[in-house]
Amino acid sequence: MRNKLVLKFPQSLLDKPIISTVVKRFDLDFNILHAQTKPEGLLILEISGTDENYNAAIKYLENLKVNMQPLSKDIIRDENKCTNCSACIPHCPTQSLFIEDRKTMKVGFDPEKCIACEACIPVCPYKAMSLKL
Amino acid sequence: MPKTYEEINKKIKNNEAVVLRADEFIELVDKKGLKEAAKEVDVVTTATFGPMCSSGLFINFGHSNPKIKSGGGEAYINEVPAYTGLAAVDLYIGATACQWNDPRNQIHPGKFAYGGAHVIEDLAKGKDVRLKVHAYGTDCYPRKELDTWINIKDLNEAILYNPRNCYQNYNAAVNLSKKTIYTYMGTLKPSGENITYSSAGQLSPLLKDPLYKTIGIGTRIWLAGAQGYISWYGTQHNPNAERNNKDIPTGGAGTLAVVGNLKEMDAEYLRGTSMQGYGATLTVGIGVPIPLLDEEVAKYAAIKDEDISAPIVDYGNDYPICKSSDLGHVTYAELKSGKIKFKGKEVQTSSLSSYNKALEIAEKLKQEIKQGKFLLSRPAQLFPSSDTDKTQKPLNYKEPKKEIFQ
Repeated sequence: MRNKLVLKFPQSLLDKPIISTVVKRFDLDFNILHAQTKPEGLLILEISGTDENYNAAIKYLENLKVNMQPLSKDIIRDENKCTNCSACIPHCPTQSLFIEDRKTMKVGFDPEKCIACEACIPVCPYKAMSLKL
Repeated sequence: MPKTYEEINKKIKNNEAVVLRADEFIELVDKKGLKEAAKEVDVVTTATFGPMCSSGLFINFGHSNPKIKSGGGEAYINEVPAYTGLAAVDLYIGATACQWNDPRNQIHPGKFAYGGAHVIEDLAKGKDVRLKVHAYGTDCYPRKELDTWINIKDLNEAILYNPRNCYQNYNAAVNLSKKTIYTYMGTLKPSGENITYSSAGQLSPLLKDPLYKTIGIGTRIWLAGAQGYISWYGTQHNPNAERNNKDIPTGGAGTLAVVGNLKEMDAEYLRGTSMQGYGATLTVGIGVPIPLLDEEVAKYAAIKDEDISAPIVDYGNDYPICKSSDLGHVTYAELKSGKIKFKGKEVQTSSLSSYNKALEIAEKLKQEIKQGKFLLSRPAQLFPSSDTDKTQKPLNYKEPKKEIFQ
């Protein structure tokens, strides 16, 4: 199992070593894609391990009242605002923004590849890209 | 055999005109040859959709009771200053104007989230916007303050007037400095890591009529969904810019000044635009029909991306100090491929104008002509072309005497 998750921590958990506990106890690998403590505790992780360990870890986090959602939903493109100009493309490190078809020059967005680094947000002249957490 | 405007318009009225988008016409010429294609097709539609800073709106907001003279006073629409130096209740709001309290680039790079361009888009969408006027008061216009909501449907006039749109070709921008820069050509990474461009290339109006044989003063155009007009050549119109052996300018050259009724426009093709670290601007959709009057006009209309090239300009070092970059040219076919070879390495390319939207506009104009809803107009006067001495001059700087500052 390999998954990208957005974790939001309630104030009461901010001083606890939750992720290191999860990693040790459930033998998971993780890659930190984004971390912040203000205005709220927020971590974007790519977690991988056996299905059994992964599911057990998720249950453990749920019991601690850590809010979780899959990352793919987080950067959103507003199709009504996007003009398919392509200004964002060189700023996307994972090619999740790309030209779908060179004949029409339509810009595609693959949320699966997106790591929510937010580089596309300020460079979009039409404010079409936004972060939803 | 040459065709006339009258013959083409007659066919349009009878729904018999053969109309193709510029990209379709290129394919037809490849298939059938220029002679055959020129005979078969009556009109080629061209279009562009890109940020055009020299854009703005004249409004007349109507007389309040008691009356106010905004002229010579101050006016703000959604906190964006409008130009008042006109008669009593006429205003002009420019695309690049910032809200008076916008931090601009004090926190660099500024966001420029809302400016004159966004006011124009909001008006076009039918949203209410807040008008505030401060006036000095006169015997016939005694009112000194006005604070009200206005809506496009209540305005007497809302006339989009853009003094410089539709640049005929443009630079490809690169940044050879060591830090990221924020320009009207987008955010440019340091050390030449990316290249941006801004032209619809083979679809772009003035690149398909490079010597202005059909596009001139009085040409009816598709302006953000309405039927507008070319009112003059645009500011910085420079027909004497360098051209290649097919008469195509190899950098910025001609420009258009355009005018139209905002009340008839579609906000989809008029977008408030925020260039990070640079400013607010208006992205405008423009379509221009080219009547294939003869084989020569058709030859130009069939020019391809492969034949059009842009100069690579270093915005990190050279552009700010009017230095030419001498970094070579790159064709739009190469730019549109997504990467080019530059200084020995592969560099990503991307566009500020939208080719995809330009295609959509060229198609809309094509359908309007085919359905007999859009007739062509013969220019009242052609633009100064490369056979005149019209050029673009730099500022003739004259140092003021020191005492002015004392």
